[in-house]
Amino acid sequence: MGGNNILKDECILRIESVTKDFPGIRALSNVSFKIKKGDIHGLCGENGAGKSTLVKILAGVYPHHTYEGKIYFNDKELKFTSSSIEEAIKEGIATVYQEPVLVPQMTVGENIFLGREPEDKGIINWSKLFSDTKKILKKYELNIPFFAKVSTLSVGQQQMVEIAKALVQEIKLLILDEPTSALNEAEVNYLMEILKNLKDNGVTCIYISHRLEEFFRITDNITVLRDGRVVDTVRTVDTSEEKVIAMMVGREMKKRFPVRNSKPGEKILEVKDLSVLAQRKMVIKNVSFDLRKGEILGIAGLMGSGRTELVTAIFGEYGKHVTGEIFLEGKPVKINSARDAMKYGISLVPEDRKKMGLVLIQEVFKNISLSNLRKFSNALSIDKYKELKECKKYADYLTIKTPSLFTITESLSGGNQQKVVIAKWLMSNPKILILDDPTRGIDVGTKYEIYNLINRLAENGVGIIMISSELEEILGMSDRITVMCEGECTGILDRKDATQERIMALASTTKRSHSYS
Amino acid sequence: MKPLNFIHKIKKIKIDIRAYTLIFALLIIWLLFGSLTGGVFLSSRNFSNLLRQMTIVSFLSIGMTLVIITGNIDLSVGSMIGFISVIAAYLQAVMFPTFLPGLFPTLSVELLGILSTIITIIICLLLGLLIGICQGYIVAYGGVPAFIVTLGGMLVLRGGVLGVTRGKTIVPIEDSLRLIAQGYLSKNPGILIAVIAIIIIFLITLQSRTKKKQYGLEIKPLPYDLVVASVYSALVLGFVLIMNSYKGLQIPVLIMTIIAILFTYLTNNTRFGRYIYAVGGNREAARLSGINVQSVVLKTYALIGLLGGVAGIVLTGYVAAGTTSGGMNYELSAIGGCVMGGTSLMGGIGTVFGALMGTLLMTSLENGMSVMNMSVFWQYIVKGLILILAVYVDVTSRKNKSL
Repeated sequence: MGGNNILKDECILRIESVTKDFPGIRALSNVSFKIKKGDIHGLCGENGAGKSTLVKILAGVYPHHTYEGKIYFNDKELKFTSSSIEEAIKEGIATVYQEPVLVPQMTVGENIFLGREPEDKGIINWSKLFSDTKKILKKYELNIPFFAKVSTLSVGQQQMVEIAKALVQEIKLLILDEPTSALNEAEVNYLMEILKNLKDNGVTCIYISHRLEEFFRITDNITVLRDGRVVDTVRTVDTSEEKVIAMMVGREMKKRFPVRNSKPGEKILEVKDLSVLAQRKMVIKNVSFDLRKGEILGIAGLMGSGRTELVTAIFGEYGKHVTGEIFLEGKPVKINSARDAMKYGISLVPEDRKKMGLVLIQEVFKNISLSNLRKFSNALSIDKYKELKECKKYADYLTIKTPSLFTITESLSGGNQQKVVIAKWLMSNPKILILDDPTRGIDVGTKYEIYNLINRLAENGVGIIMISSELEEILGMSDRITVMCEGECTGILDRKDATQERIMALASTTKRSHSYS
Repeated sequence: MKPLNFIHKIKKIKIDIRAYTLIFALLIIWLLFGSLTGGVFLSSRNFSNLLRQMTIVSFLSIGMTLVIITGNIDLSVGSMIGFISVIAAYLQAVMFPTFLPGLFPTLSVELLGILSTIITIIICLLLGLLIGICQGYIVAYGGVPAFIVTLGGMLVLRGGVLGVTRGKTIVPIEDSLRLIAQGYLSKNPGILIAVIAIIIIFLITLQSRTKKKQYGLEIKPLPYDLVVASVYSALVLGFVLIMNSYKGLQIPVLIMTIIAILFTYLTNNTRFGRYIYAVGGNREAARLSGINVQSVVLKTYALIGLLGGVAGIVLTGYVAAGTTSGGMNYELSAIGGCVMGGTSLMGGIGTVFGALMGTLLMTSLENGMSVMNMSVFWQYIVKGLILILAVYVDVTSRKNKSL
């Protein structure tokens, strides 16, 4: 046990028997562990294991009276009274979430100092603000233009701004809750460098991610949570990815990707010279590819490479701004809206499930049936019982973990929310299923279930297009891989010819070099 | 978290805590006014008046609920019903008397009056629908914010009111039109309606049991369902008996009840109803699920326009004239009623029942204060403060729930 080693050293954070209940669910059960000063401490577990709840407790979102147990920060018990994060920040604890929360219209400097602008008798001292911003960025080697508007930055750069924002507050503990799930490989590498740099500067970090290899690149210790309990805290050097996965899922996971016998059938979709003009910019330039029944076509590419635009163009999102031809089962079709696409049997599981996939404030069953209401309704009424039965069928098929079909979707964990989106689209019996980064921010166990499901669909003859930010996933799942770069298709590889290196090379075959590669 | 195996637990009687708080608040207010007015407020006569007073605003708040659920707003409804009302009065007082007798020389004066009312009703409903569609089209397809479109509409229509009336009150109105707003059903038809309603309640209860059985969903013991149905039946019967103990069921109240039932059904049991909540809850997700968001928004405005037509007709009959100030500030009462009834201005949340309860609460305050002879300025102040308080309570209760 690595825990004993930690005991001897100085701890910045001691969590003692923390238990947190939500109506009907125990999110954390008697959780205890310690974090050493100056460490990068990994926290991993499947969705619903309790990571986010723990983060919210530490960040002050759930105040002291809402949970049981004690938390000591620098040997002082933390007792936040309100649900505002200000108290946590005052103590020196800051959190960076997976989606940057910044004011897009403001500059980097303004965002970093938002709410604590250096001022002189109520008037903002702009020169001090900008020079301080510069100093901070330089000290931690954050490579962002400090005068740029946040809306012009990539998600990765915005993440850096978030970190800088935390750093100006002289924090002692930085919590990073899945910071890399929206980043591409190059950006992840850069973030890793920054974290190492922070560690050298004496900042303690709690690091949460679904990408296990990251833990082994930067963390000193790893605490694994499962079903709200601590499985173990181990030293990173003493363990391995397989062991951590086994601890997370409670069993050995031999393979990350299920085996499948692919037998692609006839051509179901053909795209010829597809171009998209959006906001006076060619976001897709002359892309051609085809898809067969029962085939999984992976689309690889960095964020902003046009991969999402490509699939949404096929789904009718750009309407008349699309040129080129689309053939479905040999026949030319015009798709001008999501409704058209659905009529032709195309389904799209969108990139951002919260913004584009779900009505979060509604019940699970209403989300599942939303695009398929015609199946159990006429002009005058919905047959609710038939609807519920059908929804239950899909919820069971996808093993959605929810207290009931009447539960508000917002309260489900990320992986289960994603399953709800997928259930919705499966119910419409698609011939072509497009999945835009379907496993983003989802734990290993659920990922495996989703892979299995995708394979089953392919075996049943559904043509599948899958975008992914994770190269391993693309390599593990696809029959063929289309690589996108700057709106162009830079290559189509067969499974047997594809390697990480070849894909990365194709994905960065650009005229313009990528920001930090 | 357990895997899904419970779904057999079909929703019990939908326990909408917010609706119950509202009913509770309503009872307190009624008791308070009852004691302050020495029982006058609670007399069946005043109760009957109270319900008639709420009808006009209730049509608007029912329509407003749909509009607000989609995340929009309609500020024009007050002016709209004012405009429809003066058009109705103009038709009846100025236009029809000059040419209807010429067209149908054989008809008696009485029948001519009824014919005039029928044509007026049709024109008013179509006019409301048209106004709704125009505004809805600009909001949905033109992309102009609803607040602006309907603010403009409010001014345009108020201008229309002044243009038609030239600042004068338009009279007279046919008796048949007045009946719609002021008439009573005699006692026996009232009882008959109650009996029919009770039969329907039991039929629905039994039908839902068979349906549940058919789909293998859990059903409650029969006595339980029967007791629930009996409670509802008792409420219906009690209501009609109270009304009968004064002059009988009022026609506008009957219209309001029918419309409320229709719209409750529309929001809960139809695709369109589902779509409004989805559009308001997450417009993008709704669009990507293949919902024609623009058409849904347009339809909500068409419906509020149609309901505005109904409200305009009842308003004309109620004041028995077309006046320059008709419908003034009604949009605010309607929005207030919706919001008090738990409709969220952010969209996606709200019920027709809640809107009705909210409107009833606002009207009770108004009525109670005037029965007490409270000065008008106090009435405004109290109403304003209560509205803010109600929403404050609602917001805080929601916050606690999410923690």
